[in-house]
Amino acid sequence: MKKFRTLFVSALVLTMTVALCGCGGDKAGEGDAITVGIPQDIEDSLDPHTAVAAGTREVLFNVFEGLLKPDSNGDLKPAVASEYSIEDEGKTYTFKLRDGITFHNGAAVTADDVIASIERCADTSNGEPLVAAFSNIADIVKTDDKTVTIHLTEADTDFLCNLTTAIIPADNIDNAASNPIGTGPYMYVSRSPQENIILKRYDGYWGEKAYIENVTFKVISNPDTIVMNLEGGSVDLFPRVTTAQAAQLSDNFEIKEGTMNLVQALYLNNAVKPFDDERVRQALCYAVDPKEIMDYAFEGRGSEIGSSMFPSFGKYFMPELNDTYNQDIEKAKALLTEAGYPDGFEFSIKVPSNYTQHVDTAQILKEEFKKIGVTANIELIEWSSWLSDVYSGREYEGTVIGVDASTLSPRALLGRFVSDAGNNFVNFSDPEYDAAFKAAVSSTDDAVQTENYKKCEKILADKAANVYIQDPAELVAINKKFTGYEFYPVYAQDISKIRLAK
Amino acid sequence: MKNKFKNKDFNLIVGLILAAVVIIPAVVGIFWTPYDTEAMSSSLKLSGSSLAHPMGCDNFGRDILSRVMSGSSTTLLIGLGTVLIGAVAGTLIGALTGYYGGLVDDIFMRFNDVMFSFPSLLLALVFVAVMGSGRMQLLFALGIAFIPSYVRIVRAEYVRARNLDYVKSAKLAGASDIRVMFVHILPNTVKVLINSVLIGFNNAVLAEAGLSFLGIGVQPPDASLGRMLADSQTYLFNRPGMAVAPGITLIVMVLGISLLGKSKLVTER
Amino acid sequence: MTNILKKILSSLLTILVVACLVFLAFAVIPGDPAVAKLGTQATPDKLNALRHEMGLDIPLMKRFATWIAGVIHGDFGNSYSYSMPVSKLIADKLPVTIILTLYSFVIMIVLSVSVAIFAARKENSGLDRFIQILTQVIMSIPPFFGGIIITLIFGLGLRLFAPGGYVSYGINMFKFLGYMFWPALAIALPKGAMAFSLLYSGLVTERKKDYARTAYSRGNSTKDVFYKHLLRNACIPVVTFFGMALADMIAGSIVIEQVFGIPGLGRILLTSIQNRDYPVVEAIIVCIAILVTVSNLLVDVLYRVIDPRTVISE
Repeated sequence: MKKFRTLFVSALVLTMTVALCGCGGDKAGEGDAITVGIPQDIEDSLDPHTAVAAGTREVLFNVFEGLLKPDSNGDLKPAVASEYSIEDEGKTYTFKLRDGITFHNGAAVTADDVIASIERCADTSNGEPLVAAFSNIADIVKTDDKTVTIHLTEADTDFLCNLTTAIIPADNIDNAASNPIGTGPYMYVSRSPQENIILKRYDGYWGEKAYIENVTFKVISNPDTIVMNLEGGSVDLFPRVTTAQAAQLSDNFEIKEGTMNLVQALYLNNAVKPFDDERVRQALCYAVDPKEIMDYAFEGRGSEIGSSMFPSFGKYFMPELNDTYNQDIEKAKALLTEAGYPDGFEFSIKVPSNYTQHVDTAQILKEEFKKIGVTANIELIEWSSWLSDVYSGREYEGTVIGVDASTLSPRALLGRFVSDAGNNFVNFSDPEYDAAFKAAVSSTDDAVQTENYKKCEKILADKAANVYIQDPAELVAINKKFTGYEFYPVYAQDISKIRLAK
Repeated sequence: MKNKFKNKDFNLIVGLILAAVVIIPAVVGIFWTPYDTEAMSSSLKLSGSSLAHPMGCDNFGRDILSRVMSGSSTTLLIGLGTVLIGAVAGTLIGALTGYYGGLVDDIFMRFNDVMFSFPSLLLALVFVAVMGSGRMQLLFALGIAFIPSYVRIVRAEYVRARNLDYVKSAKLAGASDIRVMFVHILPNTVKVLINSVLIGFNNAVLAEAGLSFLGIGVQPPDASLGRMLADSQTYLFNRPGMAVAPGITLIVMVLGISLLGKSKLVTER
Repeated sequence: MTNILKKILSSLLTILVVACLVFLAFAVIPGDPAVAKLGTQATPDKLNALRHEMGLDIPLMKRFATWIAGVIHGDFGNSYSYSMPVSKLIADKLPVTIILTLYSFVIMIVLSVSVAIFAARKENSGLDRFIQILTQVIMSIPPFFGGIIITLIFGLGLRLFAPGGYVSYGINMFKFLGYMFWPALAIALPKGAMAFSLLYSGLVTERKKDYARTAYSRGNSTKDVFYKHLLRNACIPVVTFFGMALADMIAGSIVIEQVFGIPGLGRILLTSIQNRDYPVVEAIIVCIAILVTVSNLLVDVLYRVIDPRTVISE
């Protein structure tokens, strides 16, 4: 019977040794690998044409390239195409493909691949093309193996912004989601749902090759463990840590600060009572101090905004609009009285529960509205309910959310406030705005266009379409072993520029 | 445990004290807390314990003591509500099927066994997935998830009592089935029921905390012990204390109730 | 033997019933997987196209029939969120959850049996009382809080493991097991404490019985009596508990995965619920039902091995 005891003791010892040996962090060949934490897995698709989530786009940025590609300043640079020309008053675009450029499978990129990729995104058999702007394409012609010409039905100054659409091999379109092949600095190796996505440097890349060979995007879906993951050494880089998390990190990490390029606001349903009254909306604007929100929830970080435009859009951003409403409780109360709500009112703010930053903001807004006698009830809902009830159903009173720009054009931000826009989820309606927006879009003169976009922004601020708050700070925590992180004005985590710090 | 502390009912005394330590503040917390549980203050952010804030303040500068009080009252109410739903529905179903028996009983029991063999946390998780998260949804999800355990116990008691003399004589005396079921048999199941109610309460408390910890239970800004524990993980490096207050509260509550369940008052027939 | 067959048959039926209920429950609740997937890019045309692709435009009953037919063949369809068959997705993650559960089960048994024997031999000593009180407290610790404490003490304090440093079993089995020890411990502790008190009172009661005294008086050493006879008899009532504990541990692992950042079934289940990825949710629930049923069956068999009388009494 001694066996029995020995068995137990050895079992105990074994489990303990396994536990203790398994820990020691041996990172073989540091510098050959980096682990990047991402807050959510790629849940839409690895197919760059059907992927919609921002979180997906920023990972796929490393794998795919379009004819053109944005750089960190937001300028479009030739990628798959080495040069291009615009003729016929902006109706004909000719692209010359880069010499020697290959896909990750080694095959050369040909005009046929480009045409197949663009035609796939312009295909209307499902009712609507994958890239809306491509409905404007009249035809696309292969001049020779290395040259493609696109003819538009009508001139569109924003058309180039859409040519960042990924170019993929024509013969891989059917497998695009399961076996992604592109032309970017990294190639796809494997994925494990809710665990990781693994990329490897593509040594046949046409441009400056990436420094680090192996990249693991590790999914960390429990935001409360991000600090532990970073400090424990299992993650080297995490884009978008919260200010609270940043404050918890040790000296081993560098915190880079950029902006998220979001218009964070309390969006109000302009069609329901009491928000159909401009004065009520203005009263809420006067009650809110964006600085206070940034102080409480964001450690004082973030850039104040006063309309649906964020600072990265340089020439379109109007900092003077930040002062349209400065916190003034008396004025807010006066406006409420004038509008017939001397004792305030009650309304609900629906917030998607997965966005901590918006939930935090809503909680502070609630406290601020108390001061003018308005009771805000926070209603946390799931992201999918937010999409169906608030965004497409428009059944809400107020919601805190950040709106981003899908392309590098102000049209992406301002277009949604046109009275009959399909994505005008705040039901904003103003004839003057519609006119200004139309003038901006149809103009080919840059000065006129800019002027009209600015007019749109001013109207949104004056009419208090929404309670604008901030463009939240984007904090990137990066282990000091590494350097070279760059911010982009679009969703992108460019790993190819990251290298070992010396 | 039974063989020791022969004369004094150690379990009862300690259980009562521990339960009181947590439940009294929790009951008070329903009506009053030292500070507004949602009031924020940037200067008090993550401050340690002081005279004004004995447990310190959280990442929004909210008083942790107040939040623990209100969080435990949420937990307490959900626990009670769950037990109420589970026990009432469970007793009804258990009494009817156990008393009458037959095919309906067979089918019900098969179904009940399936439900019972499923971990209740998982059942609740499925119900929350179907009904959505929030305080009321959680209450019903847990309540329904716990019904099978009561059905099992109550039914067993009724099957046993069905053939006992006192039931037979009551029937002979002309008492209606309903009367026999709820006037004659029910009082005799109370002892067993109390014990399972106490165990059920604890399981409900743990399930509530677990689901809120996962972020699909009680939703902020409502305070909840599970949610507070989840939030505290970010600050584990520099302020591990944030996890201590809600964690200890949870342990003391569960410990107190389970000791009560082991006291002679409940275990002795 | 017929009894076992009967059990297996009714278990199969049970799983089928669970499968049907789950499918119907998720078919009737609000929330559109297509909306969840397309997000803010949704337009009526795109939604319709995607719904068609997902097969959501097929009438419910027909969908149900296809699904059930698939399930019987082990095919759960395709995931909405991940471009892969659900069965492959689950095959990847199932081992993580099973290993975690078994791991905690082993730790629970090792801990509870060894400590119970140790304490029973020292009955009524100060150490024994200390162990009694300690196990009472441990029983009341919710596993996820236990996980936080373990992370705090062993991970951040003593640096015995790197919090969040999960390594997949496919990459390095040894490291995987090393990391999994800690979450397994968090799950095992409260259950082990309960098993301890059952075993302990079993051992103490059995020792007072005649057969133990006889064995003792016949000259068997104390150890022999303890291990050979007492444990076997003391185990009988605990086996039922072990069975239920195994099922509970499967559920417990879902929560613990979240604390330790382990990508197992639990993580997939939670995100799939959020994404309305029903094929995945349904498959995972069916999988867990199978695990639970199998563990119940095993307990049944074990029961017969330990205590042959059960067979006769049925």
